[in-house]
Formats: sequence, structure tokens, C-alpha cells
Amino acid sequence: MILEGRALVVGDDIDTDAIIPARYLVTTDSAELGRHCLEGLDPRFPERIRPGDILVAGENFGCGSSREHAVLALKGAGVACVVAKSFARIFFRNAVNLGFPVLECPELGEITEGHWISVDLGKGIIADAENGTSFKANPLPPFILEILHAGGLINWARRREDGGQKRDGA
Amino acid sequence: MGMTLAEAIIARHAGRQVEAGEFVEVPVDFVLANDITAPLAIRTFRELGAERVFDPSRVALVPDHFTPNKDVRSAEQCRIVREFAREKETLYFEVGRGGIEHVLLPERGLVLPGEIVVGGDSHTCTYGALGAFATGMGSTDIGYAMATGSTWLRVPRTIRVELKGRLPRWAMGKDLILHLIGVLGTSGANWCAFEFGGAVGALPLDDRLTVANMAVEAGATAGLFPPDEVTLSYLSGRAVREFTPVYPDPDAHYAEAVEVDLGALRPMVARPHSPANVAPVDELEKISIDQVVIGSCTNGRWRDLLVAAEVLRGRTVHPEVRCIVIPGTQELFLRAVREGLAEVFLSAGAVLSTPTCGPCLGGHMGVLGAGERCISTTNRNFRGRMGHPESEVYLANPAVAAASAVLGRIGSPEELTGEEER
Ligand code: SF4
Repeated sequence: MILEGRALVVGDDIDTDAIIPARYLVTTDSAELGRHCLEGLDPRFPERIRPGDILVAGENFGCGSSREHAVLALKGAGVACVVAKSFARIFFRNAVNLGFPVLECPELGEITEGHWISVDLGKGIIADAENGTSFKANPLPPFILEILHAGGLINWARRREDGGQKRDGA
Repeated sequence: MGMTLAEAIIARHAGRQVEAGEFVEVPVDFVLANDITAPLAIRTFRELGAERVFDPSRVALVPDHFTPNKDVRSAEQCRIVREFAREKETLYFEVGRGGIEHVLLPERGLVLPGEIVVGGDSHTCTYGALGAFATGMGSTDIGYAMATGSTWLRVPRTIRVELKGRLPRWAMGKDLILHLIGVLGTSGANWCAFEFGGAVGALPLDDRLTVANMAVEAGATAGLFPPDEVTLSYLSGRAVREFTPVYPDPDAHYAEAVEVDLGALRPMVARPHSPANVAPVDELEKISIDQVVIGSCTNGRWRDLLVAAEVLRGRTVHPEVRCIVIPGTQELFLRAVREGLAEVFLSAGAVLSTPTCGPCLGGHMGVLGAGERCISTTNRNFRGRMGHPESEVYLANPAVAAASAVLGRIGSPEELTGEEER
């Protein structure tokens, strides 16, 4: 799967309160949550997001609470995928479970805000077409890819049930 | 090769030897969610086409974040949870009979040594204090676990924390974990489990619960204490099920080892806007405050209330400070009334609230305005966590929070006695 979009750059330790402040947790509606996406970081951030944007982050993206609303907000705002130097565990799980692409790239160097970039999820390559730089990410483990390809945990579980087979780990 | 405590518990559930890094599917012993995460988990549950929860006596739904309902929308979320709980006959703890999930479930003996517990809340790791492999997950995971009684895990690497010595006066479990987060950083233990060993016996259980609670603030999947006599005596007469404690092997392989001398710990404060931004309280400049919060799943237990009351007894909250005390459960609230703590807090000029997460996540019962500063016994001081993005939260133990309430600025209980003698 290759995604292309405009880079939207944020820093390290973007926590879940920054992605979606607790006062908005009175709904589970993705579109509504999306209207407040990253408002905790900057009240005007939602205006900066255009559908299809690729969010580029530093270390420990999504640290903090287990609120899946954080992934829903990003999805609702139209963010296509998040690339980060590292992700907090629960956020990473939630993204995978909701079929939202995330790619971890410890070697990620500078990406310029607004540049058109491509993300190859299978090969784990992030490339900036405008200046020719590219970075190699950690490929996703097969077990995670399987869930992502199914479109999330629910579909993965349903599909497995249809297949009638139980498997042990990966 | 020997297994760490995390590996040993997971292995017992997987029915085979496991190693850090691998993905496994395991049965779970207990599942929980709250008024924020349960509605989404219930949606997943229905999307999966499930009809029954895997075992109603092992699923707990706890409305605690925005309860007693703070507004119409949160009331609607709670209604979804309540109706589901009734329909599926899960455990459910109504306002007035419950409390904050991570204070409540250990108190009720619902989470036990050797078990795997998954919760729709990042601080589910609290139960590691009892020797359970307990970890926070998102709602989709929780909906799946409620339906199937199983989950997927990546077996964490383990950071062994070797303790020695005893905590000095006014230092608590909070200071141990703030110290560790300060050393490791907020992602230093990402995808790892902590395993505490050595002089663990010297740590009261309430302090262990505080330590395990904040393991996630270093990014950890779990924070584990091997069960000992303290654990077992806490659970006797409380545990609702039989359980088999699990222990690490003597030749276990640890990814990292850290040593902490409890005797050298001083009360710590985490400054805005990160729990890793720590310094000993006596090294801080004079920082005035507007509000104090004593409570939460981190420090809303009996020992926390006792220590806060010890500091506040016979003293009064500074005229320019609002002090909000929130016992973690109804049972603790009642005990605080019976044993005279309620009177200490109220006559000091503090607010005493029914159990709720409330201000901890900027929900209600003490939300901060622009430029306001709070010292809190909670676990997160991210920007905007307790209200306005320009407000500030400092984290500390209950003794420091209570002393600061009296001083009107951040300070330690020692300063308080010092000032009074002068
Ligand atoms: S007290 Fe705070 S940290 Fe604990 S469960 Fe409630 S909101 Fe979360």
C-alpha cells in the first residue's frame, strides 16, 4: 500500500490530550472529533488539516490515555496516515485495530511542512518527492500487517471466523 | 532460559513458553472499561455480532470519569454503558456504590495475582501492584475482549527495578515512580514491562498501586510487583476468585536493570508539561498556586488520604488556594467520614468530593482557567490536561500537595513545621 499526501509536521511527545482534549470525549462521532483534531496542540490546528494529509511526528506520538477517540479524530479530520520516529504503545495498537495506517521510522530526518511525500507501508519507505530524500522505516510485523490489511481488528476477527480456523500467534 | 514475571504470566495463559517480542493470543481473566471508553467498546462488541460477554462476572463497567454526569452529553454516554451492563449482566458500579475504577477493582478483590487483565484505560497497569499482568488498551481491543475473552499481546521486554532501603518520612511510592520516569523519560519503557524486586516488602500496598499506576507514564505496558505477604494479606477476605500467584524465574533475562535506593528519595515534583520533568521539591523556587487536587487513581487511596490529613490537621488552606480532596471510592469516603478525616479536610477549608476522576482529566469538579496553576496528586500534567491550555499542573505526592495547600505555594511538609516554629 502506497500513500501520497501533503506533509503536516508536528514535534515530539504529542499526547492524546493534545490530539483530542478530554472535553470532546462526550461523543464517539469521528467527524465531530475530527473538527477538534490536535486542538490541544494549537487551537487553530484543525483549520490546517486538509483531507489526505500525512502527519509527520517525532518521538512518542500518541502517549497518554487509551482514548481511541484520538485515532477517530485523526481519521475524521481526513489524515491519511501518521509517520513518526516512535509511537506510544496504546496509540499504535488503536491505530492498527481501526485499520489506520501508522509507520514507525526511528531514522526519520527532517521533512518539510507542506512537501508532497509518499509512504510505502509494505516496504517501509518514506520519500519526499520535492527534494529527493527518503527514509527507511521499520517494516510492520506480519501479524500487524494482517490486521491492517483486513481493515482493522473487527474485520480481521470476522474474516477469521468465516475461515473457521483458529491460529496461535504469528 | 528463565522467564520474567511478565513472560511467566503470559506463558501460563498461552500454554507455552514465550519470549519478549513475539505476538501471542491469550485468554484474559478480567476486562474493564469506563464511561469514556465503554461506549466505543460496546459499538465494537455489537459490530462483531456478539450476543453475550464471555463471562459477565469478569467484565466490569465503571462510570467514573464524567460522573456524577457533568452534562447532558456525558449523561448519554453513561446511559449507553448502564443499559449495556444491565442487558449483558456485567458487573457495574453505579455512582454512590463505586468509585474510580483503579481504586475500586483492587479494593473489591476483582483483579488478582497471576491474572491477565485488560482495561479500556491506560492506567489499567495499576493492578501490576498485585502481581497481575494488567494493561491498558483502546476500545476496539476491549470490545473484542468482552466478546471473546481473549486478546493479542506483544510480549514485552522487562526492565528490572531493584529496590533497596526504606522510604524516608514524607517520601512515598509517588516519588519512586516520578524519579524513575525522570530517569527514563516518557517513552523510556515503551513496549516494556517494569518488574520491581529487592526491598519491595518495605513498600506499603497503596504505594505499590501508585507506582504501578504511573508505569504507563514512562510508556510501559505494565508495572509488576511479584506478590508477597503484603499482597496476600491485602487480598485475604477480599479476593472474589481463587488465584495462583506467578513469580519470575531466578535466571530470567532482563532487557535492562535499574537500581533505586528508596532511602535516598526525596519528595519529587513533576513540573509542566511532562511527568518526566521532575525535581526534588526542595530544589524548586517559590511557585505560587491557585488549586490543589488530592485524589485520582494514582493517589486517592487510604494511605494517601491519611497522609494528607496528617498534614492538614489543625491547619487551614491558604486564603488564595482552592483545595479539592477526592477519596477514590465510596468505601474510602465513608471511612474518611467515620475516622474523622472528613472533618480534618472540611475544617481546613478544603472541598471534599464524591469519588470521580473529575479534575484529573479536566472534566469537572475543579477545571483550571487560563494562567491558573495547580499542584495535583494525579498522574499527568500534559498541556491542558486539567483545563485551559495555558493552565499549569505540577504533580506530587499527597504530603507535598497538602503542604502546598497550606503554604499557598509549592512546598514540603517540613517547611510547614519550620514556618510555624519561626
Ligand atoms: S483518575 Fe485520572 S488517570 Fe485515573 S482513571 Fe480517572 S481520569 Fe484516568
